[in-house]
Amino acid sequence: MAHHQRLNQGEFLLWTGLGIASFVGFWYLSVLVGVVPRQFLPAPHEVLLRFIRLINEPFSGYTLLVHVASSFQRFLSGFLLALVIGVPLGLLMALSRYANQIITPFFESIRFVAPIAWVPFAALWFGTGIGGPVLVIFMGAFPPVLINTYRGAIHVDKKYLEAARMLGAGKLRLMTEVLFPAAIPSIIAGLRISAGLGWQSLVGAELIVASSGVGYMMVKGQASIQTDIVMSGMIAIGLIGLLIDILLRQAEKFAVHYKEI
Amino acid sequence: MQGYGNGKLYQHVLQSLVLVTSGFLVSSSLGILLGILMGANKKIEAFVNPIFLTLRPIPPLAWIPLAIVWLGLGNSAKVMVIYVAAFVPAVINSFTGVRSIEVPQREAAAMLGISRFAYYREVLIPGALPLIFTGLRLSLQASWTTLVAAELVGATLGLGSILNQAAQDINPAMILVGMISVAIAGWLMTQILAKAEQHAMPWRA
Repeated sequence: MAHHQRLNQGEFLLWTGLGIASFVGFWYLSVLVGVVPRQFLPAPHEVLLRFIRLINEPFSGYTLLVHVASSFQRFLSGFLLALVIGVPLGLLMALSRYANQIITPFFESIRFVAPIAWVPFAALWFGTGIGGPVLVIFMGAFPPVLINTYRGAIHVDKKYLEAARMLGAGKLRLMTEVLFPAAIPSIIAGLRISAGLGWQSLVGAELIVASSGVGYMMVKGQASIQTDIVMSGMIAIGLIGLLIDILLRQAEKFAVHYKEI
Repeated sequence: MQGYGNGKLYQHVLQSLVLVTSGFLVSSSLGILLGILMGANKKIEAFVNPIFLTLRPIPPLAWIPLAIVWLGLGNSAKVMVIYVAAFVPAVINSFTGVRSIEVPQREAAAMLGISRFAYYREVLIPGALPLIFTGLRLSLQASWTTLVAAELVGATLGLGSILNQAAQDINPAMILVGMISVAIAGWLMTQILAKAEQHAMPWRA
């Protein structure tokens, strides 16, 4: 009985091809048969054409590229903020029991609030320009950074800490020169999770509070029932998310390599 | 006792909880089934993978506008986005779970002449169970976040609609009530899932 059969290359290509063909075929079929009006389900090539056209033609104020740029700027601000606050805080928690005992309860109670639930406060406090969405991204991206920094730093061999202490290193140097380098691989693994969560929180925030960005474009498309625009937005979001993940995966590989040195 | 939005607090909580649990249960079961089949059968994997890899980078929240265009602002749009949110982590983790079973274990089972049914029941599913539960936890979290977001975008009942209403009324106290309810309900569901996990895998307690 062949429980773990292997496919040769031909078979693999055959089944992969069949998969793609049936997906696209099914899509075209439902459009052609007219199960749903074309306005609600445009054909795949129509979505692609719309996507390409959106790059040059403005929709709801801006071209797709400008929407993408403003989304990405928000993402980067929130993500960097999470990094700049999360990493030192995680190191501090690993170094000092008091800091740990003070921060943990706050953190644990905030962690269970879905990032998207911060949207009302974000809009109220920081408005709908950059500040509001950035708060939401921060709330999505912050927990994985903090947790992974802390976990990476807490597993540092106590011998190194003691040696550094004996050689007269202060708390700051312990954090920057012993704990931080040791925690880098774990931090970067956390960054991948937090980038994913941050990016998706941003999309959510833009659906509700924003006046530009890919999410905003999709809401406008939804309001005027232009399904091709909504789908173009989904493609753009997927592509950028993929790009961010690929970049961080490269960084992760690099970090694993760095650990082995 | 006065309500807020279009109902009392318990009605909002109940509305959100019922939607999320029903959507989560159906979608994650289908996801686990597909993940196990993909893990066990290379042909199914090759067939499904390209579709799956195309759709996977799209975060569940990005499906909300499409769901609203297709199904409107009622419950069915919410169920659709919960299906999408819960499905992906369930598939990925049960697939990885099956693949994490060591080859000698599979081969030993095959050598001992195990039937196909028993192979799934005794080898594949128990072996994949730890990761299946990891997937379920992620699925549940994603479903909950996505539902709250969908309700924020447009709903008449549910915790997200409280948040939305309170934001429009500039009522910070009510926003806090909404956020705390979202957190408590999310925490409660996670606890129930953790209990189920202990029950399903007593050997890992």
